[in-house]
This record gives sequence, structure tokens and C-alpha cells, in this order.
Amino acid sequence: MAQGFPLPRNCPFAPPPEYERLREEAPLVGAELPGGRVWLVTRHAEAQQVLSDPRISTDPATPGHPMSALSAKPPSAEEREAGARFRAGQFIDMDPPEHDVHRRMLIPEFSVRRVREMRPDIQHVTDRLIDDMLEQGSSADLVEAFGLAVPSMVICRLLGVPYSEHDFFQSRTRRMVGAAGRSQRDAMAAAMEIWDYLDGLVTEAGRNPGDDLIGRLVTTRQATGELSHDALVGMTFLLLLAGHETTANMISLGVLTLLRHPARLAELRAAPDGWAPAVEELLRYHSIVDWVAFDRVATEDMEIGGQNVRRGEGIFVLGASANRDPRAFERPDELDLRRGARNHVAFGYGVHQCLGQNLARAELEIAYRTLFERIPGLRVVGDDDELPFKYDGVIFGLHALPVAW
Amino acid sequence: MRIIADRLRCVGAGQCSLVLPEIFDSDDEGLVVVIGEVTEADADGLRHAVRICPVGALSLRPDSSPAPGTPQAAGR
Repeated sequence: MAQGFPLPRNCPFAPPPEYERLREEAPLVGAELPGGRVWLVTRHAEAQQVLSDPRISTDPATPGHPMSALSAKPPSAEEREAGARFRAGQFIDMDPPEHDVHRRMLIPEFSVRRVREMRPDIQHVTDRLIDDMLEQGSSADLVEAFGLAVPSMVICRLLGVPYSEHDFFQSRTRRMVGAAGRSQRDAMAAAMEIWDYLDGLVTEAGRNPGDDLIGRLVTTRQATGELSHDALVGMTFLLLLAGHETTANMISLGVLTLLRHPARLAELRAAPDGWAPAVEELLRYHSIVDWVAFDRVATEDMEIGGQNVRRGEGIFVLGASANRDPRAFERPDELDLRRGARNHVAFGYGVHQCLGQNLARAELEIAYRTLFERIPGLRVVGDDDELPFKYDGVIFGLHALPVAW
Repeated sequence: MRIIADRLRCVGAGQCSLVLPEIFDSDDEGLVVVIGEVTEADADGLRHAVRICPVGALSLRPDSSPAPGTPQAAGR
């Protein structure tokens, strides 16, 4: 039984400390939330099971969905209305077959092959940002100058969103996913502003489609009636948001972690083949998206990990706990950059496993490798206990990372 | 040994082609295609690919083609 949820992290390099006890207690433990009781999935096998069971729904409209239990107050009419508006195209919140129809339109844009073709462009973006850092002096906030900038430039170019608008998106994204204490109303207003902007962009692409994701979807999917205008706006919204915040946090957090393991970093510099497994391990180790994308609800009575789960009971899969489960990973709390384990759930599992995972892998690999190659004297200014970690956010990371060289 | 890739299940995660790029690739739809010959030497890698596929789209089957020496094979 967990007391309260979400449980806080107190160390930047570990999941919430309570997770270990919960994981040893049972694969599923109950948690009392302000709005009701939910199940927390603590172990790797059951995490994969829950995330891939077709009898388990992710749709927030399914009765018993756990997100509504986070707050004691039922959503206001205003929130319900905004929720309904934002639902279009949000395939992350859809079950099959509706989910699959949307995802399949996007799969070619993010395939391993397509990402391979995008690598020179990602490299170019990365190099330019490092040029700027070097030109501007001998110190920077790595989050602002690099961590956020790389993924946001890449996703803007991919979608066909002018990068000149990135300040607009970044400030609003922060309001949406930033501090948990921030008002729901402000987060909603920020989301609305992004939505309205993309709405205009999709309309413009209808008149003058570019050679980018929005342009291609307008000509191949909207024109044929397969995709509505709102659904296209919603999909773009989701990709922009998902492509921004998560990779940005992983870049900054990964750079910090690598600088704290200088011997390992030296090995990687000497043998760049090691970057791909190192990225995989950093994803597992940090598990920055813990439970927030893994909100599910049972649509039938079933048994999971020896526990009876009833129809309408909400479930949060604790990705950060599953990724430290000793049943799935040897010495799970150790950062082993040569481990190369691909069975982690940092990108989820099942039909919702991250669409952009291979783009993220390429961005992380190129960003880490190039940064340490080109700025060999990079160092963090300050100790870990002085750095502003996102203990208050729903996605873990750093608000800022002062570096010098 | 044969590898079966179910393209109706595939969600284009690409895990298989990261593990065994010489056997798995994605096509224009971004979905899995088997491009290489599968041999016994790939057995461990294939089992790994089957396990990490997030949607269970891959399955390993014993080779159902006729063994050498059977009439069909002998006729080739």
C-alpha cells in the first residue's frame, strides 16, 4: 500500500525511494488518491503485461481512468469542454482500432529508415548550436542553449513549424508540463494558445503545403477525408509537445550524468560505437517519464501478477520502478553504460510505445557525442545539490544546467 | 527456423531492426519487413527481437520447408 501519490524523487539519479519497498511488497500495490483508489504496477513483467493487454484502456473517457483520481474535485465544465476540444487527434489517449488509424499515418515519418535519413540534419543542427555556444563565450545554461534547442529545432523542421516561433512554444510548453503546483487553468490557457497557433498553421498548409510532415498529411490524408482538420491539429500538437520536453530533459540530465562518470565518458570518447548502448542505459537509468504516460484502466475483471483487478479500476504503471526491477536487470541501480539492455520501458510498451523513440535515440546519441567531442573541457558549475532539478514536474529533468569550458 | 512478422500488429517501433538490421527493415509505410536470410546463427538475436517487440508482432517457427532428402526437396 502506498501512502499518497505521486511519490517524490529525492535524488536526481534514482526513482522515488519508496519504489523499492513497494516493488518488494507486490507487483501491484494499492494507492489511495484524493479522488479514489488506484493500482500501482511496480515490477517489469507486470508493467509490460499491463501496457500490452488489449483489455486495458488508456482512454481518459473510460470509467475509472486513474487521472481523474489525482484530484478530489471532479473536472469543471470548462475543463471538460477544453478536454473534449483537445481530444481530436490525441492518439496517445485512444485505444485500438481508433489509435492505430492515427498512428499508422505517422509511422513512416518516424521509422528507423527515415530517422537514418534525418541524421545529417540533426548533426547540422547540433553543430550550429555548439558553434553558437562557443562563439558566445565560455559558459552557458546547457538546458536553454542546447538541451531544449536541439529537439525543438529538429521537431520544428520535421513538422514544418517555423523555428522562429520556438520561444512561443517553449514558454507555453513549460506552463503546461512545468511545476505541478501551477494552476490547471494556466496550463489549459497555454495549451489553448499552442492549439490556436497550430490551427492557423494547418489552415495555411492547406493553401500552400510544404515538404514537411504537416504538408504531407494535409495533401495525403486531409484532402482524402481520412483526417479532419482538428485531428491534424491535435496530432501536430501531440508531436510537438512529445518531441520537445522529454528529449530536452534527457539531453541535459544525460550530460550531467556522463560528467559525473569521467572514466566512462573517456571510454565513450575513445570508442564512439559505445554511444548507442550508453543512450539505452541512460534512458533506463533516468526513466524521466515515470507514470504520467502510463495511465490505464481495466475494462474487464482480470488477474495481474496474482492480484484481482476489477473492471473500472485505474492503474498507473511505475516505469521508473519497472526499469530498476532486479528481476529484469542485474544490479539495476548501477549505471552500466555497456549494458545495452533494450527491454527497458523508458519508451513504454505495447501499441503506445513511443512513436518517436528512434528519433529520440538519434538526437541523444548525436547530441552527447558531438558536445563532448567539440567541447572536451565541458564542466558543470556547481554541485548536484545546488542544481535546479524538476522535483516538482511530472517529467523529471533540469530547469537549468550551468556549464563552463 | 523461420521468422514471421505480422504487419497488421506492427506499430513501427523498429526495435527488431535495431537488434538485427541485416534481417529486419522498415518499408515505405514504416512497418517491418524481413529482408535477410535467417540462419541458426541468428537464433539468439531473433529470440531477443521477438521478446522486445512491444506488440508481439514477431514469432519464430520451426522450419516447415521440407528437409533435405524428402521427395519435394530432392526434386529441386
